[in-house]
Amino acid sequence: MRVTIRLFAAHREIAGRASYAADMPEGSSVDDVFARACVDHPGLARACGSVAFALNAAHVDGAAPVADGDEVAFLPPTAGG
Amino acid sequence: MSSRFAISATPLDDRAPLAALEAEGAGGIVVFVGRVRARSRGREVLRLEYEAYAEMAERVFAQIGAEAGAKFELTDIAIHHRTGVLEPGEVSVVIATAAGHRAAAFDACRWAIDRLKQIAPIWKKEHFADGAVWVDERP
Repeated sequence: MRVTIRLFAAHREIAGRASYAADMPEGSSVDDVFARACVDHPGLARACGSVAFALNAAHVDGAAPVADGDEVAFLPPTAGG
Repeated sequence: MSSRFAISATPLDDRAPLAALEAEGAGGIVVFVGRVRARSRGREVLRLEYEAYAEMAERVFAQIGAEAGAKFELTDIAIHHRTGVLEPGEVSVVIATAAGHRAAAFDACRWAIDRLKQIAPIWKKEHFADGAVWVDERP
């Protein structure tokens, strides 16, 4: 199955791109997608102390299952306002 | 009529959230206008760069609006946030709350900006004379 990975702020700068498509095995979780992104872009994992996850633009835990066509976003520490 | 919950890549009109409010019956309206500070942690800020996961941020604003409606006696709430490069003095966020009584409007507005800082997928890069850094405001 194919998912879209979205990257923001420090993550986007490290990866050099804001989004890309990745083929993932059936049964993958959001954690699995993040692990895959960290392989694709070494440095992502240590870019910041913590990361939150979103699936199709809603906050989720890393254990959330992903499906074909999903959009998975990694959210570094935020600073709106 | 502008949207109540919006991310904007163009300069914010600080009256737009007020115009978007359903203020029928409201006895008090509070508008918070957040602006870029010229100094941050003792250093001069040349500019700020705001980045958002826009489609999610607008949904989170609506969630904050729903939470505020449950916590306070509100008539309505609107939240607009800017993205892109901003210079000191430019408006980064505007929140308007309308309520039957002023206390709820003040309390909800204060709560909403704090909640936005907690959960909205928005990032801020501070540019100084000698470099730039993505801000981490989480405790």
